[in-house]
Amino acid sequence: MADVVAPMVGKVIEILVGEGDEVEENQEVVMLEAMKMEMPVVAEGAGKVTAIKVKEGQSVEADDVLVIIG
Amino acid sequence: MSDFISRLEIVVSQTGFMNLVWEQPVMWVVGLVFVYLGIKKNVEPLLLVPIGFVAVLVNLPLAPLMVDDLGQVVDLVTGHHSEPGLLWYFFHYGFEKGEIVPCLIFLGLGAMTDFGPLLSNPKTLLLGAAAQVGVYSAMFGALLIGFTPQEAAAIGIIGGADGPTTIYVTMQLAPHLLGATALAAYSYMALVPIVQPPVIRALTTEEERGRIMKQTRKVTKAERIVFPIATAMVVILLVPPAAPLIGLLMLGNLFRESGVVERLSDAAQNSLMNIVTIFLGLGVGATMDGTKFLQPKVIGIYVLGLFAFIISTGGGVLFAKFFNLFLKNKINPVIGAAGVSAVPMAARVAHVVGQQANRRNYLLMHAMGPNVAGVIGTIIAAGLFIAMLK
Repeated sequence: MADVVAPMVGKVIEILVGEGDEVEENQEVVMLEAMKMEMPVVAEGAGKVTAIKVKEGQSVEADDVLVIIG
Repeated sequence: MSDFISRLEIVVSQTGFMNLVWEQPVMWVVGLVFVYLGIKKNVEPLLLVPIGFVAVLVNLPLAPLMVDDLGQVVDLVTGHHSEPGLLWYFFHYGFEKGEIVPCLIFLGLGAMTDFGPLLSNPKTLLLGAAAQVGVYSAMFGALLIGFTPQEAAAIGIIGGADGPTTIYVTMQLAPHLLGATALAAYSYMALVPIVQPPVIRALTTEEERGRIMKQTRKVTKAERIVFPIATAMVVILLVPPAAPLIGLLMLGNLFRESGVVERLSDAAQNSLMNIVTIFLGLGVGATMDGTKFLQPKVIGIYVLGLFAFIISTGGGVLFAKFFNLFLKNKINPVIGAAGVSAVPMAARVAHVVGQQANRRNYLLMHAMGPNVAGVIGTIIAAGLFIAMLK
């Protein structure tokens, strides 16, 4: 069980996984944008995506949960 | 008939072709290279396209563009002095008198800049100060190879990688170098992603670059509002000649953070900034008269500017490593490189270099602290130079 959290304030521009997907460690799950720079957020461990907590276009603060991997 | 022929001769003698000097075609090439770099390579196109084109215009002989108010061009037929040239007005009122153009750019930069990362981690202010080491070392380098102290100061400021501040200092201290120093500053701003990473890598280990920094605390709205007011007052009390730059930078930032003048903030960042950028292109391009621009000095300015920029990058990184000796929560030394004031390019470079060492390392916001501190640091250095040398 690991939450993928936003590493910094920014905007979600793309969600790269769907609920139920199997992901590997360091796989990119969400694309964030901050200061006109795109940055991928990666999964910290392997597992199955159990919930997606954000929508594309949504602004997030640092440490907001983006995706839950069970 | 003979009267007609002599008039025809005068007309022919007044064409551009008959009045070319060798520097002018060279400057056409220089100007067109700028335009090419802007269009094809996307190197600072907002600046290089207008500057390059205007540089070609001012090197077309006899074109009444940069004639100053002393009226140096005399009409051969009537003997009348000509009116000052069109571009001369932009240069004179935008740069020579009061330096409205660089100061208005600072107003827009202030409205664009989020000082939050600096406020949440005030230690990074010291990194922004450390990265000014290149400014001072390039100034001494320039003095050693024979530039005047005023010229040396204008060249040193290039190391801050801050275009408007470089323009401001040059106009105050060594206005004859404006074209060269402005271009060097903007070139190195564009070259930040190429020049900085090798310098950073040479001075750090992979483990240091991959170090993940602790999340910083949230900044309150009150702090954000007090900051521009207090900073402007303190800096101007300490270094009065920095007043125009820091004053407008912080006014722009107050527009942003006050939350009640959204229209002014928007105008400063967008419409006004775009207009002033055009004036900047006209004014800087207009100074690139080949007979004045093409001197051995210009090469010295470019080399010293690069030297200043590399030393600033390295100085910031090394200071961060030194600083870590005293810190419990160690900082990632890569963010020291962001102490040069190219905002936000230097912070982005720090972020990318950090990610290459560790995919889960997000340095962008941490690097913005020294980055915005670097802007203030370069302004203070500029104010000190003007106070000492003008």
